[in-house]
Amino acid sequence: MKVKEYFKAGLWTENPVLIQFLGLCPALAITTTTLNAFTMGLCLTLVLIGSNVLIALLRRLIPHHVRIIFYVLIISGLVSLVEMILSTFFNDLYNALGIFVPLIAANGILLARAETFASKNKVLPGLLDGVAMGCGFTIVLVLVGLIREVVGSGTIFGYTLFGGISPLSVFALPAGGFLTLGLLAAAAQFFRNRAKRGSHDGTV
Amino acid sequence: MEQFDLGTIIAFAIGAILVENIVLSRLFGCGSFFGLTRKKETAVGMGILLIAIMGLSSLFTYCVYQWVLVPFQLEYLRTMAFMLLIALLVQLAEMVIKKYLPALYHMLGIYLPLMAGNCAVLGVCLSSIERNYNLASSVLYAVFSAVGFLLVAWVFTLVRDRIEENDNIPKSFQGFPITLIAAALLAFGFMGFSGVQI
Repeated sequence: MKVKEYFKAGLWTENPVLIQFLGLCPALAITTTTLNAFTMGLCLTLVLIGSNVLIALLRRLIPHHVRIIFYVLIISGLVSLVEMILSTFFNDLYNALGIFVPLIAANGILLARAETFASKNKVLPGLLDGVAMGCGFTIVLVLVGLIREVVGSGTIFGYTLFGGISPLSVFALPAGGFLTLGLLAAAAQFFRNRAKRGSHDGTV
Repeated sequence: MEQFDLGTIIAFAIGAILVENIVLSRLFGCGSFFGLTRKKETAVGMGILLIAIMGLSSLFTYCVYQWVLVPFQLEYLRTMAFMLLIALLVQLAEMVIKKYLPALYHMLGIYLPLMAGNCAVLGVCLSSIERNYNLASSVLYAVFSAVGFLLVAWVFTLVRDRIEENDNIPKSFQGFPITLIAAALLAFGFMGFSGVQI
């Protein structure tokens, strides 16, 4: 039951991208293909799990005044680790994501979860929160990536989808990223409003 | 340092501000961009502060990278070193502003410490390393990128004022979704500059 709550928060009610509007930078920049989006989601999830667990472990040892510096150190150390793993074993993906892999270190989700959750909770809740929030982030990224890849380049996972029709290439450009995420956020708001109306029995 | 005439500087400025604007075409710092553009005062105040922070951090990160990390072959530590430098710089800026400019400090409030997590700063520092810029070019690129941020943030506050006054937005689009769509339209506009060669 408890685990379910974490996932409900991470995937829907407190979704880091669609509800809290954190981590928009990678959500807009590297979501031109589904594979890139998934890889970015996975990298961020790994870093988030690591930083949540470490910060929850060390929460009594970190002095309150300089805690941000400690968080930054922990997070950027983990990002360097992920960067090295990615560049050694998956060099193509590393090159495709480029500068946005080290930029995970400056992602708002990590500092926000460290400050609002991991620093106030034990290790296991920190771990669960990391997994749930990471999944919420990854799912939104993959959705954006899927839409942008299909509409913007006419391919899916790199395979050409419909031969004769030329794709709307604007969706592969930065402006298309804003547009896709905007439409997705609107869809999320639509479903949230409908659920709210349903529970209030039509009184909005 | 080498051949730095006015023409090069202007070309750099146009390139960093309009052709590859950090927010709208390189997509760095989008998170703070939407947070900051709610009010014109915070957007402009933060934009000006960002010029100083970005200029200084690109100066420091360049020096640390070229004079410490490269000689000792510690390039793989650059993400950590840069983040630490930026966080220290932001903390320092916070202390200085709190002491000497209390009015500005109260206006910026929570946004100031969040600057450490602003990926625009790290992004610009890393890009100038990846592009092999020299010291002067790195600082110029960072400063003009921040000017680009300031320009777009100021324009976008005006757009958001119009959105606030509009009562006809469909319910599902109210708030954040329509803001993203507006940013998409602004990005469409900036696409007109892409491919400009100076």
